[in-house]
Amino acid sequence: MTTQTNENNIIIQANDLSIYYGSFRAVKNVNLGIQRNKITAIIGPSGCGKSTVLRAFNRMNDFVQSAHNDGKILFHGQDIYAPEVDPVQVRQMIGMVFQKPNPFPKSIYENIAWGARINGYKGNMDELVENTLQAAALWDEVKDNLKKSALALSGGQQQRLCIARALAVKPEIILMDEPCSALDPIATLKIEDLMRELSVKYSIIIVTHNMQQAARASDLTAFFTMDEDRAGLMVEYGETSQIFTRPKDKRTEDYITGRFG
Amino acid sequence: MASMEITQNINQSSAQNISTRLRRQTRIGENLIQGFLFLCGMISIFTTIGIVFELGKESLLFFSTPEVKLIEFFTTTTWQPSIGKFGVLPLVNSTLMTTIFAMLIALPLGLAAAIYLSEYASHKARSILKPILEILAGIPTVVYGYFALTFMTPLLRGIFGEDNVQIYNTLSAGLVMGIMILPLVSSMSEDALSAVPRSLRDAAYGLGATRLETAIKIVLPAALSGIIAAFIIGISRAIGETMIVAVAAGSGPAFTFNPFKGAETMTGYIARISGGDLAYDTPDYNSIFAIGLLLFGITLILNIVSRRLVAKYREVYE
Amino acid sequence: MISDPFAATEHNRVASGLSRRHRTGKIWQAIFFSATVIGLVALVALLWTVLDKSFSYVAIEYKVDPATLSSKPLQELTNAELVNLLEANLSKNRFRTLDRKQTLTERTHADLLTLIYDNIVEPRALASYSMSQWIASSQEIRAEVAEKYPDAKLEFRAWINGDFLIDPLSGDPLLVGVRTALMGSLFLILITIAVAFPVGVGSAIYLEEYADKNKWYNRIIQTNIDNLAGVPSIVYGILGLAIFVRTLAPLTSGALFGNADANGRTILSAGLTMALLILPVLIINSQEAIRAVPNSLRQASYGLGATKWQTIWNHVLPQALPGILTGTILAVSRAIGETAPLIIVGAATFITSDPTGPFSKFTALPIQIYNWTTRPQEVYRNIAAAGILVLLISLLTLNAAAILLRNRFSRQHA
Ligand SMILES: Nc1ncnc2c1ncn2[C@@H]1O[C@H](COP(=O)(O)OP(=O)(O)O)[C@@H](O)[C@H]1O
Ligand SMILES: [Mg+2]
Repeated sequence: MTTQTNENNIIIQANDLSIYYGSFRAVKNVNLGIQRNKITAIIGPSGCGKSTVLRAFNRMNDFVQSAHNDGKILFHGQDIYAPEVDPVQVRQMIGMVFQKPNPFPKSIYENIAWGARINGYKGNMDELVENTLQAAALWDEVKDNLKKSALALSGGQQQRLCIARALAVKPEIILMDEPCSALDPIATLKIEDLMRELSVKYSIIIVTHNMQQAARASDLTAFFTMDEDRAGLMVEYGETSQIFTRPKDKRTEDYITGRFG
Repeated sequence: MASMEITQNINQSSAQNISTRLRRQTRIGENLIQGFLFLCGMISIFTTIGIVFELGKESLLFFSTPEVKLIEFFTTTTWQPSIGKFGVLPLVNSTLMTTIFAMLIALPLGLAAAIYLSEYASHKARSILKPILEILAGIPTVVYGYFALTFMTPLLRGIFGEDNVQIYNTLSAGLVMGIMILPLVSSMSEDALSAVPRSLRDAAYGLGATRLETAIKIVLPAALSGIIAAFIIGISRAIGETMIVAVAAGSGPAFTFNPFKGAETMTGYIARISGGDLAYDTPDYNSIFAIGLLLFGITLILNIVSRRLVAKYREVYE
Repeated sequence: MISDPFAATEHNRVASGLSRRHRTGKIWQAIFFSATVIGLVALVALLWTVLDKSFSYVAIEYKVDPATLSSKPLQELTNAELVNLLEANLSKNRFRTLDRKQTLTERTHADLLTLIYDNIVEPRALASYSMSQWIASSQEIRAEVAEKYPDAKLEFRAWINGDFLIDPLSGDPLLVGVRTALMGSLFLILITIAVAFPVGVGSAIYLEEYADKNKWYNRIIQTNIDNLAGVPSIVYGILGLAIFVRTLAPLTSGALFGNADANGRTILSAGLTMALLILPVLIINSQEAIRAVPNSLRQASYGLGATKWQTIWNHVLPQALPGILTGTILAVSRAIGETAPLIIVGAATFITSDPTGPFSKFTALPIQIYNWTTRPQEVYRNIAAAGILVLLISLLTLNAAAILLRNRFSRQHA
């Protein structure tokens, strides 16, 4: 398959990646190149290791004591698991948005300013807060209430705040793990629109179990499934339109047409 | 997916840039803080080492004085340092007596209260009775000592006769100690009973068992290890308790099985000797370390056994 | 229901068995309930004993009846009049000695009153009858006092009163107060908190946030803390005696800081001992509070490229703080009532000056309660009861604060 990829444009790349929890292999031999300024969706049945792979991309798996990897993840060609690499630096450049909105129990303003501050941002903070809130399409809704607790926002607003919070750190990649699964359809559409706008400046990887969402909102789609040992593996990866209309693999086709999962 | 194995073709300058940006930073502050926190954790280790080392060292000194013989220490029944008699049995005996009296109160009442609270009590009854037990648990032991001397002792003397019951006696101290330990036994037992899953009770009810039969024949056996753990902790607490016995059980070692007579316990002896103006490094003075070591050893073993038992029921039900 | 006699008897048998089982059930339920209520009974008995003894009728004998000293009550006299009274009723020598100690005209009103009581009035408490004794048999008591102590007056006395709180310790049971002991307890607790809080919270953070539970040494630290929580307090007292009072005497006595003629039996030694004592409980409580902080908060922070300490300091600790404080208050209230370790590290039983710093000799409230309780004279039981009331009220206040804190915390997160 000659994918339409411009190979110079790979921003992060998993090579022969296997991920273990203790002796259990949760993901095996994944080869996945993520393109710059594109939205890449990862889909597949529950438990096939989508979140595990996503968390490996910014070393959030470091916090699971039993987790360890085989293979490599190259970010601009640099192995992010190399001993000389600082995981904190990795996470500054590769941000993350979680399944359940998790704003800090602080003001809206502080939610955004905090990440920038700890990363040494020295510019005008008010400006940064405004810009990122605008980029996250939340500014108009909260501009009069910046001192209000973030916990008072609706779920959809909270999730956009979490996106804004991630943007304020100026990452290159934003990882999203089922960011809409806790939201209603209208809030979901808003986030999908937002992703589209953000992809001009950022590369986005989104895990979703919602196939419509992947089909609507992504440029590329990777389909994962499990083998008989419950180890996750990548079955197919390509343009979203191709995956959803002309899947090459029988398993992809079964999943997409609803015969599986 | 051979086609996806993409060769890296990123221009050199970008790669260089990225590896410097990702380079591990030395965060001295973070390391200092982590070191400090680790030291904090180690202080508890130092405490244990300190206890074992100091008690051990001074006990060795005690046992190396010529009048003191290890065998006699554990087998003879006179403790009178002034005439060179160091038999620990009178102290151990009265500790055991007060502990037994305390347990006669704390174990049955504590368990019964736990059964009531976990199997019978309405939400409202619980919300009144539990705080009362918690208040009881929070009262300083010196206050219980006062209670023993000014309430329990006159009560006992009223019942059994002033001629039979001395002002200082092990029974009064033991009974009040039982009241003090009751909340501990009941709350630990109740934890164990509540950990038994609902489904087990439902199964018993489903077979037509009454509430009592369910509680006694099904829930109690299932929670047994936790209840035994509560009993053991209660015993350990009674052995280590000082103020009640120091106030009410009498000062002066006496080898007696009469609950109406005063007899000094191990803890009471330590408190009296160290409260006085004894010179350092005399056998009397060193003896409190030997007795302290004995006390530490006994309570430590009991605590470890109890924690094992609790871990056991947790493992089963959680 | 006459169809099948056999079925009917069978039915009766089951029914009677069932009612018997239910009756047994009822009886046992009553037994279980009574056991629980015994706790309440004990609490009531305890509080009643203490309250009953805090108020009593005292047979007091005066060397000179204060009413005969002056036409006005002594409290209403001016300082100058009090000095005159002293001069008029004391020998010249005695008066001069007192004046030399501290010029009389410069002394406070309260001081002068004390002098008059100590040197002229010289009241002596000969016997004391608690409220319940009085109510039950006031006639007999009157007769007994009249016969045994013909010169004594029977006076009602509330042992817990304003003077009791602000007066220093004294050898005279009628003048004794708890201020010295309260100040001692306060100093002691401040030192305990200053040491135990940072170390305890630090340990809890280490164990919850840093320690790899698979490492043997971390498991040992945790097990050790759990076991230390069950070590009798008297053993901590012996440890404090060996380490702080003796081994570290140059430090704890203040000798290193130019404090001459001191030994290690200071408030500092006692505070450090108490800190070690409450540390395990404080650590365990703080660990629980930290564990209750949702992981999503940590992930949010790490996801922004925060370091471990930034995450802990900015997010975990603020969230865990109410729980940590509640746990600390509970641990500290245990320290406030602890007596045995203080006896071992050598609290003084009689001391009349307030502590001035960490190297002071000291006494503490529970020590005084113990001391008063073990005195043979009945009046000291009354004083002990008043002291117990002060102690219980302080503890109640602290615990109420802890409960308020917990409620506010749970409302915030509801
Ligand atoms: N922290 C963990 N420890 C152990 N096993 C885990 C952990 N997280 C996930 N797993 C296991 O790894 C597999 C993949 O999980 P996950 O990546 O969450 O799947 P997905 O996101 O596709 O639903 C599952 O079998 C899951 O049970
Ligand atoms: Mg997932």
